[in-house]
Amino acid sequence: MRVPILKQGPYLIASVQSALTDADLLQMRDDLARLVGQHRSHGVVVDVTALDVLDSFAARTLRTMAYAIRLRGAQMVIVGIQPEVAFAMVQLGLSLPGVDTALDLEEGLALLNRKTSEDHASEG
Amino acid sequence: MKDEVRVTIKSDVDVVAARQEGRALAAHLGFSTGDLALIATAISEVARNIVNYAKQGEIILKVAEKDGRYGIVVVARDQGPGIADVARAMQDGHSTSGGLGLGLPGSKRVMDDFDIVSEVDKGTTVTMKKWAR
Ligand SMILES: Nc1ncnc2c1ncn2[C@@H]1O[C@H](COP(=O)(O)OP(=O)(O)OP(=O)(O)O)[C@@H](O)[C@H]1O
Ligand SMILES: [Mg+2]
Repeated sequence: MRVPILKQGPYLIASVQSALTDADLLQMRDDLARLVGQHRSHGVVVDVTALDVLDSFAARTLRTMAYAIRLRGAQMVIVGIQPEVAFAMVQLGLSLPGVDTALDLEEGLALLNRKTSEDHASEG
Repeated sequence: MKDEVRVTIKSDVDVVAARQEGRALAAHLGFSTGDLALIATAISEVARNIVNYAKQGEIILKVAEKDGRYGIVVVARDQGPGIADVARAMQDGHSTSGGLGLGLPGSKRVMDDFDIVSEVDKGTTVTMKKWAR
């Protein structure tokens, strides 16, 4: 199932479902990179609260996605990694270097607010 | 619940089905939520390897019992190209496909038993086990 992406003000919110396939994940990656330009979004929240597994392919794709979004001029934050998913990632040896994460949607939006206002402040 | 579940692996949709079946069986056996995530992740890794490298194969999920304890057995089997250097494939970071190279060594870390048999041009069989605490 295609990951639903919602526009909320200057941000995009992608809500990942539990039965996320590799194809869905790649589709979301491409959709977000495109929509950031279409809506001139400053930030993207990827909500993985419903996800019960974050394996090596998912970790690698999320990383690629965060870097690509940044190259497009926006910020990405992953929210909602469940405690057991976090422990499983650590034991597997998976990490998300250079990728922002936050506890939940609210914290993620707050982080984006801080980051995007910093950007604007440093611009001028 | 049946003692054995077989999932044919041909595409990324089957990878999701295999980990859901594995999670359901493990939950039935009384594994903790932490262990369920580990088991589902390991199944995801070996099932994806089948799709990526062998095109098709199967995941067999079984119940193990020893001294009144229950465990889950996950067998991932394919008749794909096999692995020439298994020791190398088991090293962190070794990938022939630009991946992270963590699927096999990571799965070994999170399961209690891990065994891999592979022969070039014949195929690969990974057998992993985890016991409920
Ligand atoms: N079923 C298989 N058939 C043939 N070769 C395999 C199979 N499974 C693994 N391999 C080989 O072993 C290597 C290591 O596998 P592993 O799953 O650890 O890493 P990966 O798939 O390359 O990356 P990822 O971290 O995304 O899983 C693969 O790159 C591949 O060459
Ligand atoms: Mg792999």
